[in-house]
Amino acid sequence: MYKYNDFDTAFLAERNAQFRAQVARRIDGSLTEDEFKPLRLMNGLYLQLHAYMLRVAVPYGSLNSAQMTQLALLAEKWDKGYGHFTTRQNIQFNWPKLSDVPDMLDALAEVGMHAIQTSGNTIRNVTSDHFAGAAADEIEDPRPVAELIRQWSTDHPEFQFMGRKFKIAVGAAAKDRAVLKAHDLAVRIVQNVAGETGYQILIGGGLGRTPMVGQVINDFLPRADLLPYIESVVSVWNQIGRRDNKYKARIKITVHEHGIEDIRARVDARFALIRPTFTGADQELLAEIKTHFAAPIFRSAPTTTYDAAYDADPVFRAWADTNLAEHRVGDHAIVTISIKKHGATPGDASADQMRTMADLAAQYGYDELRISHEQNVILPHVHKSDLPALHARLKQHDLATANIGLISDIIACPGMDYCALATARAIPVAEQIATRFDDLKLEHDIGHLQIKISGCINACGHHHVAHIGILGLDRAGVENYQITLGGDATWTANIGERAGPGFAYDEIVPAVERIVAAYLDLRNSAEETFLETYRRVGLSPFKAALYPEAQKKVA
Amino acid sequence: MARAFTPKVITANALIEGDVIYLTADDQWSRDLSQAELITDEAHAQLRLLDAESQVAEVVGVYLADAKPGENGPEPTHFREDFRRTGPSNYAHGKQEAEANV
Ligand code: HEM
Ligand code: SF4
Repeated sequence: MYKYNDFDTAFLAERNAQFRAQVARRIDGSLTEDEFKPLRLMNGLYLQLHAYMLRVAVPYGSLNSAQMTQLALLAEKWDKGYGHFTTRQNIQFNWPKLSDVPDMLDALAEVGMHAIQTSGNTIRNVTSDHFAGAAADEIEDPRPVAELIRQWSTDHPEFQFMGRKFKIAVGAAAKDRAVLKAHDLAVRIVQNVAGETGYQILIGGGLGRTPMVGQVINDFLPRADLLPYIESVVSVWNQIGRRDNKYKARIKITVHEHGIEDIRARVDARFALIRPTFTGADQELLAEIKTHFAAPIFRSAPTTTYDAAYDADPVFRAWADTNLAEHRVGDHAIVTISIKKHGATPGDASADQMRTMADLAAQYGYDELRISHEQNVILPHVHKSDLPALHARLKQHDLATANIGLISDIIACPGMDYCALATARAIPVAEQIATRFDDLKLEHDIGHLQIKISGCINACGHHHVAHIGILGLDRAGVENYQITLGGDATWTANIGERAGPGFAYDEIVPAVERIVAAYLDLRNSAEETFLETYRRVGLSPFKAALYPEAQKKVA
Repeated sequence: MARAFTPKVITANALIEGDVIYLTADDQWSRDLSQAELITDEAHAQLRLLDAESQVAEVVGVYLADAKPGENGPEPTHFREDFRRTGPSNYAHGKQEAEANV
């Protein structure tokens, strides 16, 4: 884990003291809301529908048990006993009081956490693969690079007030678990034919009102060139990106309007200029950062208790089959803890659950946790022999739901239940779909299927890249839900196709059921996933299932 | 003929807690929509809005929201204002929690 040094600690203390004074001046009336708003947003504090919301950064989703325990404290002491993990690997607190926020920020600083650049038109919290450092399919741990980018971008004077926000993700594995292609800029650590590692850089991905898939701007960037190259991309966009219309300000529009070739030429020109100003200090820093991410010394032991539990206990086996992933060390596993109990709010964890997960990480997980963009929590390194005991503890705290990657493992943004920008609710739709398929006992038969729900066009719930995407809208004063099909959030990223007219609030669950029934009917075998079937047969049979009335009229 | 004015209430969030609040006829801020002043005159609405906006040390995000007369005072006409009136649908938090404690 990266440990803040004295400089970071002093920086946070000063920044928090500054914000405490700003809050005091807002409360005594000497700052108006117009003056205060940009200041609070710089510190992750939003005003939502029913309350303030504090968004805390979890850089690249990585936490230790002390940090997770502190989040539990915040939830309990200053919120309503829970926190919400988001698709950007952050955590949001939905009910803080303005006057408590400075204390919350101080409490976060005690464990090296903060809310800086979790809002505003800056370079946002850097995200990464939630299996980083543990996955069997990764070239190296992507987090040192993510941390280097975080340090470079934090408080970077050129990038504090840009035309729009800028999101960077880093990946280093064969599988994309960080939705790299939906980011403004993605760094993929790759190996060339000569066996050297370098970076493939993609730009111009993004969801929201004009969803786009990122394009490769540089196929193989030498390692020493990373920061000057990223800096060149951001400054080219900062210079030529549109500021006349905030909906056209993201880099995806710049890339779309200028074309990737033109942007590449501009970036190369900029790069030639600024490259010499990077004298290598960044490479020394990266080397230093890497030492903080050294892998734990994995213990080696027989896995007999695991094998026995797997054979004897069907509940444990079902959980192991869905929630474990292959670790790079054979006798270890990566554990995904589902924060998606059927009928619960996706991504919400209570203070008790956060503390339990922290304790389990300390006891069995080499003190490490990750937050996934899928709104679950990961224990990246657990020795297999500890899994039965761990599973038993998870069960006691409602954390043992065996549904990772299944239909109830739904991503849902806060929607109209919390978000001031929402046009419809998302959470209750997710809750109802999960409950419905649990009742039908079809979940495991359906297999890998991702449903993602957003409460408005901004797409914080990633609905565009869902196998079944649901977008909540306001149609003439009532909630209406539009369905997209065939989206994909991995290397084969793809924006889903709109299926047709939307559905009313009480029609959306039956509509999803019809899609799933059609899939079960259409698939070649139980091995063919929803997405594979969709790619084979296309939209029309699903459309027919969704709109049987329209079919009848045609007939 | 002038377009009919849709009745309005003045709503905002409380500065410290963030709670949804409404301006009453006697210049108080209430957490209960039914106690809000239902404004049926456009010019009056603008004046009340200006007055509410000037209270920077107490409220934030003041605006006029459509409302209609109900049996017990103003009621929302749109689901967004209905959610603001009651609180989120996943937990009995916000206003609902306060009511449960009465
Ligand atoms: C305070 C509440 C929130 C506000 C005001 C907000 C605002 C926005 C806006 C305006 C966009 C569109 C960006 C654009 O296309 O220019 C957006 C996109 C996005 N937000 Fe949020 N959001 C909120 C909460 C969340 C939450 C809770 C999550 C995670 C669950 C999230 C993650 C994302 C993601 C992943 C995108 C799409 C990726 C992209 O930026 O292209 N946001 N958000
Ligand atoms: S998609 Fe819309 S409703 Fe959902 S969190 Fe983002 S801005 Fe809010």
